[in-house]
Amino acid sequence: MRDQTSPYARGGITRRDLLRTGVSAGLGLMAFRGPWRPAAAQAKKVVKLSFIGPLTGGTASNGLGGRNSFLLAVAERNADPKSKYRYETIVLDDECKPTVGVQAALKVGSDPEVIASVSHYCSVVAIATVDSFHKLGLPSMVWGAVLPDITYGHKHLEVTRVNGTMINQNHIAAEFAVKRLGFKTFSIIHDTTDYGRGHAKYFTEGLERVGGKILSTTGTAKDQKDYTAELTKVKAEKPEVIYYGGLTPDGVRVKVQMDKLGVKAQFQGTSGIKSDTFIETAGASAEGVYCFVEGAPTEKLPGGKKFLEAYSKMNFAEPSEAYGPFAYVATHLVIDAIEEVGPDRAKVAQKLKRTKKQDTIIGPVEFDEHGQNTVPLITTHVAQDGKWVVWEDSEYAAGKRELPGLKFKRERV
Amino acid sequence: MPPLEVVLQQAFNGLMLGVMYALVAVGFTLFFGVLDVIHFSHGDIFMLGAFTGLSLTFLWVAVGLGSPAVALPLTFLGAILATGLIGVLTGRGCVKPLAKAPPLMTLLATLSLGLVIREAVLIFYPRGADPKPFPALLPQGLFEVGGVVIRYENLIILAIGGAAMVLVDLIIKRTRIGASIRAVAQDAEAAQMMGVDLDRTVDFTFFLGAGLAAVAGILNGLYYSEIHFIMGIMAGVIGFSAAAVGGLGNVYGAILGGFLFGVLQTLAAAFIPRGSEFRDVVAFAVVMIFMVLKPTGILGEKPIERV
Repeated sequence: MRDQTSPYARGGITRRDLLRTGVSAGLGLMAFRGPWRPAAAQAKKVVKLSFIGPLTGGTASNGLGGRNSFLLAVAERNADPKSKYRYETIVLDDECKPTVGVQAALKVGSDPEVIASVSHYCSVVAIATVDSFHKLGLPSMVWGAVLPDITYGHKHLEVTRVNGTMINQNHIAAEFAVKRLGFKTFSIIHDTTDYGRGHAKYFTEGLERVGGKILSTTGTAKDQKDYTAELTKVKAEKPEVIYYGGLTPDGVRVKVQMDKLGVKAQFQGTSGIKSDTFIETAGASAEGVYCFVEGAPTEKLPGGKKFLEAYSKMNFAEPSEAYGPFAYVATHLVIDAIEEVGPDRAKVAQKLKRTKKQDTIIGPVEFDEHGQNTVPLITTHVAQDGKWVVWEDSEYAAGKRELPGLKFKRERV
Repeated sequence: MPPLEVVLQQAFNGLMLGVMYALVAVGFTLFFGVLDVIHFSHGDIFMLGAFTGLSLTFLWVAVGLGSPAVALPLTFLGAILATGLIGVLTGRGCVKPLAKAPPLMTLLATLSLGLVIREAVLIFYPRGADPKPFPALLPQGLFEVGGVVIRYENLIILAIGGAAMVLVDLIIKRTRIGASIRAVAQDAEAAQMMGVDLDRTVDFTFFLGAGLAAVAGILNGLYYSEIHFIMGIMAGVIGFSAAAVGGLGNVYGAILGGFLFGVLQTLAAAFIPRGSEFRDVVAFAVVMIFMVLKPTGILGEKPIERV
């Protein structure tokens, strides 16, 4: 027996029934899809951007600062009504390991919705992923790695870099040590990765230009635990400075073991040791260590104050660290290019490679034919009372304190 | 030829490195001698011992026992107990159930266990990925003898390391449980027929090996003033190689192998041009040569010494 209340009871569906059902379904669907949004917002196409950096490991603090700065830039552009697209993010950890970095590059590159990537703090990873980004046709702007070959070792369109290279860093480092501090003799220790070798090579070049004397150059394995044999050998050379080209964990070991062996020389590092972890782990041994970093302290950058204010409003758990502003600028440059030429990987890569005279929070950015920013800024930092302090603001520069190496040099005389 | 004081300093460096390796190698040799098991997670147990020791130093400070004279023995004691018990659990959970399985299964299981331990420290220890400073619980300062720098802490580390190895030897040779260990090492079935409690003996062997790894981990932290979650990987590989060179199953062989490895690495780094880039290559090449020429290891043919 038929149910008399059913529309089918009359042997068919009426037009009114159809209308009523259609309206109900339409309202239900609208309710399911969420609140009403303006037509313009609804029309915005989604574009995905990826960030790749070391979120775990010895250099994680820099990676997390970079990631947060990337997210800040994306949030700013999504909040901007002028933006043509809505940007979604993919964040991947490269662990500062080349194999993991290549996997991450392949993962984001195989997603056609990802139009560009802001990638890498570690040089060993950045150099390993160059070919992957090229083969995938995915534009990648490096925000922290300093090995020159990342931009100068190929002619690919896809890879560009917003920060300076270790060439500038090491030439300035050599000049600072010889001309400013008056050191003459150097023993170089470096890890045997491309990163460490690159630093040793360009620092050697820099020293040759300013007349510093190299007593020895020693390559050591990355993640080596014991440096006593190398340091004992170096100690016998009586250098005024031991230069270490490598990253934080190994840098800590070299410095701590130097002190334990009673090596009376100044320890000079590179941007690779400029992390809070270096000071926390080395403890008292960190005092008076100096190193060089591309860029300037964030608060001293042209747009640094504005950046820091915006960063603090996001309530990130981690500080932006030295390279955060570079990740922030790289993200804005990438989005600028997408806004101008549309979400097309090839067109975005072309546009980014020709970046000229862009005013950013780190100052003007201009890429050469290799996609390398040619307006690098290098700042010297010194560890003072458990903090990295800009050399010019430090008590060492003011003459209130004496660097350990200068003290040893004076005592020798 | 380098000056004499440099040669002597390098010899002392090699000695210190040798102690670190020997302590890990003895653990490997214990497990092999008693159970015929290559316990590949032993390097990570060593790392776990170091992190346990570090955590305990924070605990002692928190409860007002931060004075090094009190904190140091308590740290050793606590870490030996905690790591030893973890060692027993790993033995019961990962090695004993596979007693009748092909040796490859045990090898894979212990290898996997090492990975689990390492990743657990990375994930669950606060900022586990970063290297951690290890507090200086030993007297600082140094003196020079003929140009050789000797730190007080190094002498104490040598003494503690040496004492730990002597103690293990005494336990094995002079105690009832040691006699059980030797009996099981010789012939487990015969030992059981003679009344040896096999489970208890195996548990104690795991406790002893893991406890020794904890001592090695803490000494490593004290010597280098820093520990890292990946420290067990290379220590494990070198410890195992040292035990194999010395003769797996022989405590003295493991000690000898440990010192040999330390000295080889130091000599390679110190006296071969660009040797520091190849220190591991040189050390492992020697291991290969030893394995080819004398597969049983240096002292491997002395069954009386087998633990």
